[in-house]
Amino acid sequence: MVFLLKYLVILPQTKYQSLSMNPTKAAIFAKLQKEILSLQDIKKSVNNNAIDTTIGPLKNSFPGNTFPVGAIHEFIAAGREDAASTTGFIASILAPLMQHAGAVIWIGSVHSVFPPALKLFGLVPDKIIFINLQKETAMLWAMEEALKCEGLAAVIGEIKELSFTASRRLQLAVEQSRVTGFIIRNNPRTINTTACVTRWKITALSSEMEDGLPGVGFPRWNVDLLKVRNGNPGKWQIEFKAGSFRYIYKTTVIPQQLHQKTG
Amino acid sequence: MRKRFVSVWFRHLTTDWLLRRQPELKNLPIVIVTKDHGRMMVTAANALAQKQGVDTTIALADARAFIPNLQYFDEEPERAARLLAGLAEWCIRYTPIVAIDLPDGLLLDVTGCPHLWGSEQAYLADITKRLNNFGYHTSCAMADTVGTAWAVARYGSNHLIIETGNQFTALLTLPPAALRLQATTTERLEKLGLRQIQHFINMQRTALRRRFGKELLQRLNQALGFEEENIEPVIPLVLYQERLHCLEPIVSATGIEIALQRLLDTLCNRFLKEEKGLRKALLKCLRVDGKINTIVIGTNRPSSNSKHLFKLFEDKIASIEPALGIELFILEAPIVEELSPVQEKLFQGNAGLNDTGLAELLDRIGGKLGSHHIHRYVPAEHYWPERSFKQAATLHEETGTGWKVEKPRPLQILSKPEPIDVTAPVPDYPPMNFRYKGKLHSIAKADGPERIEQEWWLQQGQHRDYYYVEDTEGHRYWLFRSGHYDMAKSYQWFIHGFFA
Repeated sequence: MVFLLKYLVILPQTKYQSLSMNPTKAAIFAKLQKEILSLQDIKKSVNNNAIDTTIGPLKNSFPGNTFPVGAIHEFIAAGREDAASTTGFIASILAPLMQHAGAVIWIGSVHSVFPPALKLFGLVPDKIIFINLQKETAMLWAMEEALKCEGLAAVIGEIKELSFTASRRLQLAVEQSRVTGFIIRNNPRTINTTACVTRWKITALSSEMEDGLPGVGFPRWNVDLLKVRNGNPGKWQIEFKAGSFRYIYKTTVIPQQLHQKTG
Repeated sequence: MRKRFVSVWFRHLTTDWLLRRQPELKNLPIVIVTKDHGRMMVTAANALAQKQGVDTTIALADARAFIPNLQYFDEEPERAARLLAGLAEWCIRYTPIVAIDLPDGLLLDVTGCPHLWGSEQAYLADITKRLNNFGYHTSCAMADTVGTAWAVARYGSNHLIIETGNQFTALLTLPPAALRLQATTTERLEKLGLRQIQHFINMQRTALRRRFGKELLQRLNQALGFEEENIEPVIPLVLYQERLHCLEPIVSATGIEIALQRLLDTLCNRFLKEEKGLRKALLKCLRVDGKINTIVIGTNRPSSNSKHLFKLFEDKIASIEPALGIELFILEAPIVEELSPVQEKLFQGNAGLNDTGLAELLDRIGGKLGSHHIHRYVPAEHYWPERSFKQAATLHEETGTGWKVEKPRPLQILSKPEPIDVTAPVPDYPPMNFRYKGKLHSIAKADGPERIEQEWWLQQGQHRDYYYVEDTEGHRYWLFRSGHYDMAKSYQWFIHGFFA
C-alpha cells in the first residue's frame, strides 16, 4: 500500500511534469497528491509556516513542501565539533517551533549545552528542561514518555545507539501526539535502518565575513539530508543568519576535459 | 453524632511483654523490680505472682520470702511508654485516633468505626481477642466518654459496653478510684466511708467542692459527659485521608492496584469538590503481622487526576512486601494546595511550563528515575561563564535578569576547561594553532579577546581572555588564556567550548 502511494506521488512529478498537461489533469493530480499527503499523515500545523520560512530553500525536499512536524528526525554526528553544529542546526529549527509557548525537553547523558548560547538562536532557555540520564534504556523510556506529551513543542534526545524497534516506538508515539522529535547520534557504532522520517548529517563549514573582513562570521553548515521519507534527499551549504537559512552561492570552477582521448 | 470511646487496659503490660520475649517463663511467677530508697521494690507482677499475693508496692525481699521460685527482672525506664506507643500504632487499624494513656492503657476514639465490624460487640471482641493472641492480658470497655470507658475497663465487672447515655448507672457501683482521682482524694473518700461512686454522686456539688476540691467535680463531669475531654492522638490527624479495610488479607499486586485505585478515586473526587490538588501522597499498607509498608509520591503541580496519580504509584507497587497479607490501606495527602479546575482547562495543551501534561510527565520521570536528573536553568547575574546560569528550584521559578546575548557564546561547553598547547604570536593576538586531544588545529579566523575578570568576592584567581576561533576545517572553538602574557609564563591556554 505504502509503495503504491509512493509511486503515485512520484509519477506526476517526474514523468508527466515535463509533458504539457491540460489544466484539468493538473488539477486532478494536485488533488490526488493532496489526498495522498493526508493519508500519509502529513498535516500542516501552526508552526509549519514559521519553520518553512526559517529553513527556506530546504523545504522543497520534504513531502508537501513543508517541514515534517510530528515526526522523528535523526542526526548523525562524528565528534564533538559536529555535535555542536548539529545542535546549532536543531536550535535554529526549534526557535519557530517554540514560538507558541511550548516547552522543550532535552534528554542527554551529560549536560553539555550552554543555556545562554541558546538565546542567541532565538530560543527561550528557561523553557527547556534538561534531563540527564546515564542508561540508554532509561533515556529511550523518558524520550518515549516525553514524545507522548502533547503540550510539548519538541523533544531532543542525545542517544547514541538507536535500534529499529526503538525508533519505531518513538515514531509511533509522535504520530499520536504530533510532537517533533530530534535524535542526535554522536559517533554511533553502526548507522542502521531506523523508522525515523529523516536522517541528516550536519558538518561545520568555514564562515566568511562580508567584504572579506577579518574575524569569524555567521555559522555555516554543510547540510546533508541523507534520507527523507517520501521526499527528495539533498545536499546544501547554508548560512544561519538573522533567524533563517540562506544558500551560499559559490562560483565553482568545473574542470573541463580539454583533451579528447584518441584511440 | 455521639462520640464513642474505647479504653484498653493492659493488666500486666511489662510482664506480658517479657513473657512474649521469653515464653519459657510462662508458668513462673514474675515481678519487675526497681531500686527505691535502697530497697528493691516490686513495680509490676504477672497474673501468677499476683495470685500468690504479690502486689505492687511490696519489697522484693518480702515477696521472695513467700514465693521461693519468684523470678525478678530490673525495670527499664520508659519501657511501658515505648510498648504503648507501638501498640497504639498497631491499633490504628481500628480507628485513626489512638492516644496513649500512661502508665498502662490506650484510649481510642472510635466514633463511627464499630459498624465496620458489624456491631460494637464484634468490634470490642476483635480488639480484645487479637491483643490477647499477642499475649497481653487486656480489658476493654466502650462508652460515650473517656472517663466512663476508663472506669469500666479497670473496675467494671462484666458488662463492658455502656450504651449511649448510660454513664450514670454504669458508674454507680464503681469505687471512687475509677474516676482517675489523686491518691489523697481517694484516701479521704475512703476514710469517710464513700466507697462507691453512688454514695456521693447525688451530693450537693458545692459540698463536694468544699471537701474534695475542684478535681473530683471535674472528673465526675468528664465521666458523665458534661465536660468535654480531648485525647491526644499518637499520629497527628491528616486532613486528607482515605482508608480501605479488606475482608481478606491482600497479597497480590493486582489486589493492591484495585485498592489503590479505589482510594485514589474517592480522594480525587473529594479534591474536585473542594478545588484542591495534592502535592505529596502516601500509601500505607498495614500488614497482618503489624508491620507498615509505605510508598510516597510527589508531584510538581497540585494534582487531582486519579489516573496520573495511579501511574506514579504504579511504579512503586513492586516495592511493597505484602508478606502474609495487607488488611488495611491508608492513603494520605499531607501536602495539599489550591487547584482551580478552570485553571486546569486553561493549562491543557500549549501552555509552556504551565502545561498539566508536562508537569505530569516530569512527575513520572522524577518518580521512576529520580528527580535529581531533571534540570531547568535560569539566568544569573554573573559574567563568569560557569556562573552565568543557575539551576531553577521549581518549574516556575524566574529571575528578574534576562539572558545576555551581546557576546558570542558556544552552544556546547565543557564542564571543565581543558588545557591545550598553543602557538601564539605577539601578546594579545589570537593563537596560530592549537593542539587538542592530539590533533593539531590551524586557526584560520579569530575574534577577540574578550576579557572576563574573576569575581574576587566569590573566587580568587586569574582573569580569562577569550577568543572565538575557527580552524581551517571550519570548526569553531572557544579558547581562552588564563592570566597575563608574562615572562614567568604563569599563563595557560584552555579550550572551553564548541560553537555551532
